[in-house]
Amino acid sequence: MNKQIMGLVAFLLAVFVLVPVLISATGRWDIYYTLTSVALLSIGSAGVWLTFYIGRINIGQGAYALLGGYVSAVLMTQAGVSFWATLPLAGLACAGISVLIGLPILRLRGVYFAMITLVLTEVMRLTALALPVTNGAKGITSIPLPGALSLFGITIIPDFATMANPKLGFYLLAVALMVLSYLALWRIVNSRLGHLCRSLQQNEELAASIGVNTAYLRILTYAISSFFGGLSGAVFVAISQSIYPSSFAVTDSVNFMLYCFVGGLGFVAGPMLGTFLLYFGWDLLSVAKEYQLLIYSSAMIALMLVLPNGVLSLFDKKGGGK
Amino acid sequence: MEQILANGLYLGAQYALIALGLTLIFSLMNVLNFAHGQMYVFGGFVTYTVVAQFGLPFVVGLVASAVILAVMGALIEVFLFRPVIRKSKRDESTMLLAAGIAFFLDAVILLLFGEKQRGVPKIVNGVFNWDMRLIMPYDRILIFVLAIAMIAGFIALMQYSKTGRAMRALAQDRLAAQLMGVDVDRYSMIGFALGAMLAGLVGGLLVTITGINLGMGGPTSVKAFMMIMIGGAGVISGAIAGGFILGMMESIGLTVLAAYGDITYLAIFASLMVFLAFRPQGLMGKPWG
Repeated sequence: MNKQIMGLVAFLLAVFVLVPVLISATGRWDIYYTLTSVALLSIGSAGVWLTFYIGRINIGQGAYALLGGYVSAVLMTQAGVSFWATLPLAGLACAGISVLIGLPILRLRGVYFAMITLVLTEVMRLTALALPVTNGAKGITSIPLPGALSLFGITIIPDFATMANPKLGFYLLAVALMVLSYLALWRIVNSRLGHLCRSLQQNEELAASIGVNTAYLRILTYAISSFFGGLSGAVFVAISQSIYPSSFAVTDSVNFMLYCFVGGLGFVAGPMLGTFLLYFGWDLLSVAKEYQLLIYSSAMIALMLVLPNGVLSLFDKKGGGK
Repeated sequence: MEQILANGLYLGAQYALIALGLTLIFSLMNVLNFAHGQMYVFGGFVTYTVVAQFGLPFVVGLVASAVILAVMGALIEVFLFRPVIRKSKRDESTMLLAAGIAFFLDAVILLLFGEKQRGVPKIVNGVFNWDMRLIMPYDRILIFVLAIAMIAGFIALMQYSKTGRAMRALAQDRLAAQLMGVDVDRYSMIGFALGAMLAGLVGGLLVTITGINLGMGGPTSVKAFMMIMIGGAGVISGAIAGGFILGMMESIGLTVLAAYGDITYLAIFASLMVFLAFRPQGLMGKPWG
């Protein structure tokens, strides 16, 4: 237990102190953008990981990231809601929609569920193209930067527009959200809910037969998962200050799933590590120009051949770490 | 009305052929082949290269697509899927592998053939015109007939040959088939090769009409997934039914819903959700695949 807390403190020090110091020392400000994306994408993959935890393969997180982004963008540009208020609203909207969509589709299992969630991503893109409120293919642009957040008259977060270095601001925001999400995820996994989820992963009929409310649990986990997706999408919109129907497509949904796989499905930190490795690796490989995708995909296939249970399974000495 | 039905049948025949390959691979190995759309695009580009670059007849191109894709499928099964299936703790790990292969094929296609839209000249000229009620270019009719012939050939292979019988046994129960003396490894390889070959053949057929480009892989996979969800995963009759149903829905939707903008796929998806709420395993699938 002590070791875990030490690890957490070391991780927090690394992301909040060490990284900014190193970046300002080397002057590589562009890395902030990469790391911010890693932090946000890993929030989304945390959600995907949670659906894996109940034994469902979720390839539809892109749909909720897109939905969350649009909810936040529309609220900010048309209703004048502050960015900070749209964050939870985007998450809640996604959770609400996911309950409606989840009711029929969560009865599916295995590849059926995987396939329908993949189709869902494509449908969300088409919906964004067809609806009038989303402004079609032109998307919503020039979204304002997040304003100041104050509580009881004390300004906690200054206005991003007045910040000397908004990149650093976004980095800190994304990392803080990531840490909070993973703490929540860790808490869920180690609670009664987590135990029930594991029972669903192993055998749904058996769990139902001893009185576990499987239908309710499935919906609940899927809603939490979609909340994470919406959250990451909403922050992405604030950073890029624009959103288009193609902002999150089928490829992104597949990537969310891959991040979880690469990190390892049996470990809470798995999706975070997977996102970091794949996204950062992809970024580093941009020096290879036209061979970028070739090297990236070969590395992924090789990784699968050597470590089919994820990178973190290296540290899993006991073997059965599900 | 006749025009809509004819278009639907024409689309459906191609879709059914794509779905057949996907469902075959799924039923034999429990692998959802994400790279199916990419294999289809690859097949199209092979035919394009043989016909438009080397100037050989269309049939040679089609055969080349089939052979190259079959070899590729066999190699992928033996060197990639087999070791991963043996070593991994969860079946889902093969999905990462399949997605990796999809990216890999995208990269190979980009390097070998470039990102431009490619097509080959029409193989038959002229348009079939029945009293202005039904208008169909002859090359589309030819492709339709070829697709139907291939579906029939595939069914005959599965139904009457020794290979087909072995593969059907494998799909029903892997362990029992093995105990009855079926060489599981060999027929898994043949099945994967056959599935990839079908994808390549459809690519070769369609390059004459719609052309082919790098970006078509992903959306084709998504469509193929929808078809086998309608029909039921891992069932051959289901794949054919799903292909024709989706083709028909698309054809009807594009005509009827054209006034409301581009919402055909939205409508198809919404009805799919309702359908799956009542019948999660699709039309002919086994419960829980």
